[in-house]
Amino acid sequence: MKPFLELNSRVVPLLRDDVDTDQIIPAKYLTVTDRSGLAEGLFESWRSDPESVLNHRGDAQILVAGDNFGCGSSREHAPWALLAGGYRCVIARSFADIFRNNALRNGLLPVALDDASYDRLLESLHQSPELEVCVDLFLCQVSFEGQLAKFEVDDFARECMLGGHDTIGYLLSKSDEIAAFETRGGAA
Amino acid sequence: MAKTLFEKVWDAHVVHEQAGRPSILYIDLHLVHEVTSPQAFGGLEERGLPVRRPDLTLATMDHSTPTRPGGLAVVGDAGRKQLEVLARRCAEHGIELYDLDSPYNGIVHVVAPEQGRTHPGMTVVCGDSHTSTHGAFGALAFGIGTSEVEMVLATQCLLQRRPEPFEVRFKGRLAEGVSAKDMVLALIAEIGVAGGTGHVLEYRGEAVRALSMAGRMTLCNMSIEAGARAGMVAPDDTTFEYLAGRPGAPSDYDGAVKRWRSLATDDGAVFSRSVTLDASAIAPRISWGTTPAMNVAIDESVPEPDSDSARRALEYMQVDPGRPLLGKAVDVVFIGSCTNSRLDDLRAAASVLDGRRVADGVQVLVVPGSRAVKRAAEAEGLHEVFQKAGAQWREPGCSMCLAMNGDRVPPGKLAVSTSNRNFEGRQGPGARTLLASPLTAAASAVNGFVSDARSFENLKKRAS
Repeated sequence: MKPFLELNSRVVPLLRDDVDTDQIIPAKYLTVTDRSGLAEGLFESWRSDPESVLNHRGDAQILVAGDNFGCGSSREHAPWALLAGGYRCVIARSFADIFRNNALRNGLLPVALDDASYDRLLESLHQSPELEVCVDLFLCQVSFEGQLAKFEVDDFARECMLGGHDTIGYLLSKSDEIAAFETRGGAA
Repeated sequence: MAKTLFEKVWDAHVVHEQAGRPSILYIDLHLVHEVTSPQAFGGLEERGLPVRRPDLTLATMDHSTPTRPGGLAVVGDAGRKQLEVLARRCAEHGIELYDLDSPYNGIVHVVAPEQGRTHPGMTVVCGDSHTSTHGAFGALAFGIGTSEVEMVLATQCLLQRRPEPFEVRFKGRLAEGVSAKDMVLALIAEIGVAGGTGHVLEYRGEAVRALSMAGRMTLCNMSIEAGARAGMVAPDDTTFEYLAGRPGAPSDYDGAVKRWRSLATDDGAVFSRSVTLDASAIAPRISWGTTPAMNVAIDESVPEPDSDSARRALEYMQVDPGRPLLGKAVDVVFIGSCTNSRLDDLRAAASVLDGRRVADGVQVLVVPGSRAVKRAAEAEGLHEVFQKAGAQWREPGCSMCLAMNGDRVPPGKLAVSTSNRNFEGRQGPGARTLLASPLTAAASAVNGFVSDARSFENLKKRAS
């Protein structure tokens, strides 16, 4: 996974709540055995409307959505498709649990802002749609037009994203503890 | 210290804890299907890692499998490749696989319980959000992504932050013609699609105790639709009777039961949240919108929209607010999915369809959850009830729930479905989905419009 330190980008405002993973990547694209072809299916249904903001991404790498982004299926194809489609960060009011985990493991940063900060961001976007937003994972802050908003992210996931390494290495380094747990008879 | 069921199962599985790190949680049963596993096996191969515990891993084929007879030969090219990859990987790593020729094949969340593989007190994961189903046995069971599938294959462990316990109490008893599906839809309407985020639900109370294992599985299955990590029911005699004698049941069964009895939440244990619903006041529920929380009692009016989401949902669904859905013409009825495809569900649907005919122009699919369910249903003649009524009796699989295998609701058509998600296009591009119980689905199939099964005469009390 690519390290994530700081990102400066315009944003795509998809101002909807409960954006589910079936919208992000429909089931018919899940027959792949690798990660190919997912950019094509990203938000397929909504992108069939030529007017959709999703068709005017330009070089923006940040998606802004509402509450409970990524609800529904556990398909990791959802963050894969977003990454394939050029996004590196999603700013939302809140995220569904499985999507957040999946995103973090792939270097797609989920940023949940508190209501006040989120509303300020929307207001600024309303005034200047071409607004550039800076997402700083080291400082855990989002800045735009001189405004600053802090966000929280799991410490360990942050460390892994900053370093660009995945988490399986940490688990593999604990093989002795895992073997000892199994020898003790596990949970039974 | 007094503990909840969830806390007992969690604590018993923590392998290692370190400040600033998620817990390392041991997994007792890892379920695998064709859609979310190929990249995980590929990752293992790139790293040169073996599967640590193939003996704790069980695979099945369900998502892109055909429900027409013919097996692999009638699967589309893309789906076939995925099924072949799963078969090859399972052979390479010595993982047991219920393939299309297996008498045990079926939907992952149907087959593991019915083969006795899911036990109380276990941790169970699968690259599938409806893994929450297995919580019906008092297991801690949740869906994971493909990176996590790889982790579990490699280490039999997961990195997890501890969720919080959330008590969901159903007091009183369900009325006749009301089922577990209606209970969980009522709950989701109450707490919302993100109401359970960061939490594990524990279903408690008289109405939960009275449910069969099939009903409990329906209840736990849709915990994810409330955003919860998992849903659980403390094991009791209903659980122990269900598991006794199944192929995967422990050999020292009495000893196991004794251990399992100690899993129940202790008196005085503290939940971080709690909600109580009156089960006796729940009517059959039906969804009107594009999230599972957008649902009402079947005779209740669809609410006036109070948000952009609701307005968009009404427009997509072509539903009018201010009046009930009762009487709205339907095109398709789907009885199946990991939510409602067990024998109890099929009996409930058959109790309505017995001696009646499906309305002209309505396509009705009945898709059993597994080959074992199909055999059991056929042994008691349910297939004949469905076929005589004009419904299609199909081979098991996920089918029209997510429309990966070619079974789909045509664009713009309206379906009453016993599945779990009514998202835009979930059952096919442009498909419109009304989520409901098997009874409501069957009654709507007979009339050709949204119907309340309680108005049918001679309804046998068989609802799960």
